[in-house]
Amino acid sequence: MKSNTQLLALVTEFISYEADLLDHKGYQEWLSLWTDSGLYIVPTDLNETDYLSTLNLALDDADMRRMRVARLENGESVSANSVGSTVRMVSRVRILEAGDEAVIVRSAQTLNELRHGKLVTYPANVEYTLKPVDGGFQIEQKVVKLLHADGFLRTVSFVF
Amino acid sequence: MSELIALKNIGTQAADMVDVENGRVKKELYSNPEIFEEEIDLVFNKTWVFVGHESEVPEAGSFKTSYVGRHPVIISRDRKMNIHVLQNRCRHRGATVCEARKGKTKAFTCPYHGWGYGLDGSLRALPKPEEYDGVFDKKDMPLESLKWDSYQGMIFATFNQDIEPLADFLGGAKKWIDLFMKQGGGYPLQVLGEHRFNFPGNWKIQLENTTDAYHFPIVHKSFVSSLDEATADIFDFLDGEGFVEDLGNGHSVMVMIPELTDLEADLDQPIPERFNSLAQALRDEGKSEDEVKKLVRAAHGTGFNLNLFPNVSCSMAFFRVLRPVSVDETEIQHVAIGGAGAPNAFNQKRMRLHEHFQGPMGFGTPDDGEAWERVQKGSMAGTDGWILVNRGMTKLRDSADGNPQGAVCSETGMRGAYAKYKQVMAAGQSAKTATTDTVEEK
Repeated sequence: MKSNTQLLALVTEFISYEADLLDHKGYQEWLSLWTDSGLYIVPTDLNETDYLSTLNLALDDADMRRMRVARLENGESVSANSVGSTVRMVSRVRILEAGDEAVIVRSAQTLNELRHGKLVTYPANVEYTLKPVDGGFQIEQKVVKLLHADGFLRTVSFVF
Repeated sequence: MSELIALKNIGTQAADMVDVENGRVKKELYSNPEIFEEEIDLVFNKTWVFVGHESEVPEAGSFKTSYVGRHPVIISRDRKMNIHVLQNRCRHRGATVCEARKGKTKAFTCPYHGWGYGLDGSLRALPKPEEYDGVFDKKDMPLESLKWDSYQGMIFATFNQDIEPLADFLGGAKKWIDLFMKQGGGYPLQVLGEHRFNFPGNWKIQLENTTDAYHFPIVHKSFVSSLDEATADIFDFLDGEGFVEDLGNGHSVMVMIPELTDLEADLDQPIPERFNSLAQALRDEGKSEDEVKKLVRAAHGTGFNLNLFPNVSCSMAFFRVLRPVSVDETEIQHVAIGGAGAPNAFNQKRMRLHEHFQGPMGFGTPDDGEAWERVQKGSMAGTDGWILVNRGMTKLRDSADGNPQGAVCSETGMRGAYAKYKQVMAAGQSAKTATTDTVEEK
């Protein structure tokens, strides 16, 4: 078991890498970061933990992630074509549990989107379950808890 | 006097901007703030407005908050299981008495001075009541209630005490509501959750969209591409046998997939491959093959959009609810539904299908939102101009129910909605004029 400082550095590096991929639309590489059973979840109810039995904004298994990325990349979606850039800030990375099978991490993220010349901001708590592999990680679960998850959001044509 | 004259002019102007005969409306209807104010008064304060489904207030003490036009309201169920639709405004100094979206409670208590109201709206208690001795009686100060009625669990409310009965207002739409409710798969319909989003555009753009099949293969190409071949074929409906029927009173139905009109018919069809895992999960729960087939067919949702004027649609597998915020901002809820007490696998499948297309992160809604935003923006070009809703208007036929019916990608439903809009705006205006005349005579 590594010391917490070392683990924190590795986790922070991984999360920053993922954030960089998403801001720069490196979606294919992003898909490779996941375990086969991994779930990408954006809940509507921040107190809910049984995501499968609840309506979410997104609950993507491997197939849905692949289709989501295809939608963003294949040029058929008028809203995806209108997305300008996103810049996300990741900070306050804290390791909640450090096991050999899973590392559970909570971080803060603010995503800024420029769309039709207007800035839209999405603050969120992001919780990861990471599976340690070969000195790195794979994502087993990523839960993006938008601060205004139960409010009236603008439509989203990117990946949080 | 001048203010009254101005009001009169706006209502008449708006009605005159709808050219039903030629199937077109003035683009200014999307962007004139004075017309918007008049719509709030004449359309949303005076017609039946959908506020929720009875399954959202299932038990004694259950409540949810909603809006009728601009008015915040509470839908509550009291201890005798009666439903109430109450203005969310303390009778003392006007604060809202409930800020939660939904929940269970014994009372609504104003946070400002502690006035407490029962689930039926009655004022139960207030601190230091003796200062009101001889001022008023508590029984005269309940939360003000709205007139409401429901059909198949859909709750509609109104400020208009003289309104026609809900059943009459829904008229020809009722049989389609009955069909829509079959997607509980033999279980009572239950709200499972909702997606919420807004778009910078006028509410009528959304009203039109739910009866617009013409946009589907264009705007939702990326959604269709994400489907397996068999499902994609189902959504290739523009050349099919579907239709749009004007049901009267601004309501219309757009049948896209005729074979999914009655979900309790054709139960002997084989289970489509994409529902194999659902079918297996249901069998594992001990469901008989007949029940499995019924639930799988219900899981599809219906093959039609029923557009109800002015603010709700029973749209294939969910309720679409709109709320006008301002002339160029509209809030929308996509309410997911399933079966109360239905197998978990069934409701889960319904929610996953909902997430796939609906809501701010679905594969469909963001593209709709983009198109609507562009309509609002583009409609500002030029000082005058028309929005065309005349598609298919020379190829109408009579439906079995005697209604005008056009091709599935016709704009028959939009014309029906605008005809009702014109009637409401013009009739409301004459009522105002009559009131003004009476005042003047005195």
